Amino acid sequence: MDGKPAIDGVKILDFSWIIAGPLTTKILGEYGATVIKVESMLRPDAIRPYLPYGGGIPGVDRSAVFSNLNTSKYHLRLNLNNERGLDVARRLADVADVVIENFTAGTMERWGLDYDSLVKTNPDVIMVRASLQGQEGPFAKQGGIGLLMQGLAGLTLLAGWPDRAPVGPPLPYTDYVAPWLAIASIMGALAYRRKTGRGQLIDISQMEAAEWLVAPAIVDYAASNRIFHPMGNRHAYAVPHGAYRCRGEDRWVAIAVFTDGEWDSFCRTVNRQWTNDARFATFVDRKRHEDELDQLIEAWTVERTPEETMQVLQSAGVGCGVVQDGEDLHNDPQLKHRHHFNVLDHPEIGKHAISSAGFRLSETPARTFRAPLAGEHNEWLCKEILNMSDEEFVELLTGGAFE
Amino acid sequence: MKKSRTKAPLSGYRVLDLTDEKGFFCGRILADLGADVVKIESPGGDSARNAACYRDLPLDERSATWFAYNTNKRSITLNIETSDGKGIFKRLAASADFVIESFPPGHLDSLGLGYASLREVNRRLILTSITPFGQTGPYWDFAASDIVAFAMSGIMYMVGDPDRPPLVMGMGQAYLQASLQAAAATMIAHYYRETSGDGQHIDVSVQESMAFISAFSTAVPQLWEFKKMKVRRGGPVSVRGELVKRIVWPCRDGQVAWWVDTGVMHRQTEGLVACMDTEGAAADLKEVNWSQIDLMKLRQEQMDYWQGQFGRFFLGHTKAELHQMALQWGFWLFPVSTVDEVLENPQLKHRHFWTKVVQPEMGKIITYPGPFFKSTEFAPRRQRAPSIGEHNEAVYQKELGFSGEELSVLKQLNVI
Repeated sequence: MDGKPAIDGVKILDFSWIIAGPLTTKILGEYGATVIKVESMLRPDAIRPYLPYGGGIPGVDRSAVFSNLNTSKYHLRLNLNNERGLDVARRLADVADVVIENFTAGTMERWGLDYDSLVKTNPDVIMVRASLQGQEGPFAKQGGIGLLMQGLAGLTLLAGWPDRAPVGPPLPYTDYVAPWLAIASIMGALAYRRKTGRGQLIDISQMEAAEWLVAPAIVDYAASNRIFHPMGNRHAYAVPHGAYRCRGEDRWVAIAVFTDGEWDSFCRTVNRQWTNDARFATFVDRKRHEDELDQLIEAWTVERTPEETMQVLQSAGVGCGVVQDGEDLHNDPQLKHRHHFNVLDHPEIGKHAISSAGFRLSETPARTFRAPLAGEHNEWLCKEILNMSDEEFVELLTGGAFE
Repeated sequence: MKKSRTKAPLSGYRVLDLTDEKGFFCGRILADLGADVVKIESPGGDSARNAACYRDLPLDERSATWFAYNTNKRSITLNIETSDGKGIFKRLAASADFVIESFPPGHLDSLGLGYASLREVNRRLILTSITPFGQTGPYWDFAASDIVAFAMSGIMYMVGDPDRPPLVMGMGQAYLQASLQAAAATMIAHYYRETSGDGQHIDVSVQESMAFISAFSTAVPQLWEFKKMKVRRGGPVSVRGELVKRIVWPCRDGQVAWWVDTGVMHRQTEGLVACMDTEGAAADLKEVNWSQIDLMKLRQEQMDYWQGQFGRFFLGHTKAELHQMALQWGFWLFPVSTVDEVLENPQLKHRHFWTKVVQPEMGKIITYPGPFFKSTEFAPRRQRAPSIGEHNEAVYQKELGFSGEELSVLKQLNVI
């Protein structure tokens, strides 16, 4: 290891907003890319009002969600609907290695910032367009957000009880698929360009990416015409498998027993008599009596805290985990061991915890710096990257380019 | 310029895939980037091949999960617990570019096949290890499955109805999220390897991958840190520690997804109100200045009142009607699809998203989701999942030079 970051000397022009695009560039930034976030404060990133605010005081630079999502980036406050502002964007696109956006199809075209336009002056640029449903097709122009589109994608099926309509994920789950694919394809494209000199356009449909999360249901339906309905917390080849109430207010554990060996260990810990109970003798028996078994287990767990339950069962080699909330995450010893939360200081919010992704690279660890304030790097970017004179900078400023 | 397979970024690179469900999807992503992903299964095949998908699946049916995530890969059988097997693996690793695995922490080390040993035979190799909690730490050897990691990530607490236990998200979402992050990390390491010549070891935690995503839209760790507030499940709603907004609504023939937008996105709400007005259903919604509504000051009762009106409108229409109106009036409503409806989706069909291949073990043509990106340079392959050890001959004989006899002996010895 020579101290160099994984991604060195790469400039990424980031027009994206909300979650999918910014999450992509957050990671690329902490692994060394120079990420330039372009945003007009006349139409601020819609994630900026997400609570909580630092000190409970509203403000465009005070959201702890925005600050977590936009670490390791430089900020260029730019109005693309201003002719001079748009010109700055085009000049940056000429020297960028990667351009990324997640608008509805047609938006970048309006500004002349689509791929066909960009390659005229930057022939080997790599462009990533992560739209909701793709760049063409009957629904390509439908506006929306992942939180709602995921219903169309079939993701509502991912959560629900057999006797109720599915509830689906309570978060924009599809926003957490496209970023990883975008990162993988950008890295691939950069490596490819190093060898061949050729850039490319990568078109990601967030919806198509999301179909991979329900692929087994799709493949199964295509093969057998079975329509998938969520099964609550049950699992086809594990019993017990579910959430069990523990002592305390709204406290639960998840328990999962897959093999006969685990079942034996489970009984020895919870109730030895179950090993002799005809209702639970084999897997099939346990499945037949799953409701009764779940009730008996809960009679046991409800007398213990989730932490005690987890420790006791894990000591016996049985899969069990606390259903953790925000407080639990901050106290979690395993997450602490991984330095999952890193406290960074922020000029408006103050010190607060920034989250880490689930991976660690042994030679090129992530280096994270705080999220920028709006317009914080306008001058630096214009002068350092575009070699702009002071006069021109002031002209642009007074002309409204930097709104 | 014509697209070709050889222009894929990982064309000419090899992945040795030792993963179980925690990493199948990671291997598939690398395959879609053009790598030759060789699934290494125990003699007799991955046990996950036989894992039934649903509770009522006949036990001799093949696993849809296995087939879904192992398309575009090749398969060889190899028992790396035997000394012959270890030797063969090292030979393969010496010329491979990636190894992905999901054994318990320390397992590969105990076989003499851990990162340090592999690096000795191949300095450029990238080893990606996916485990429930990571390679080290107080929970490193915890028994875990998808639901356990999912529970401990902070996500499960928010899923489901308030009058029932928290819910897991089905089909192994924690494992899929870990696979996605593992693929991204692997490619970051790939870029570094190409510029420096150095491989590295990537340590992926399933729990942490899922915990990471709790910090953005749902702000789970921040809401505790800043306001000592817990983000609880509320049913078919968006949970964000403030006003609760419904996101899944019943309609006449199923469900639709939509929510009330204010502020910057107000136009889509106005679009729905204008549409409702043509049926005389807009009532006092027309008087609301949606762009000026401040969600921080709005009372839940007021939001519920408006949502009641929108909800009644949805109940009077079918999914198809509402979707048409949404496209026409510009509001962000999406029908909630059942799995058959997903396959009929016109947008996905237009994009030629579905891949049909003959899958011999299932005796029929199977439909899979297709590539997750389109590139101007290359088209990912569309190849069915391999049968067990389908490529033993190609790899062991043609590549490594074993004779047919030697292969029979290795089979007898349960090495392959």
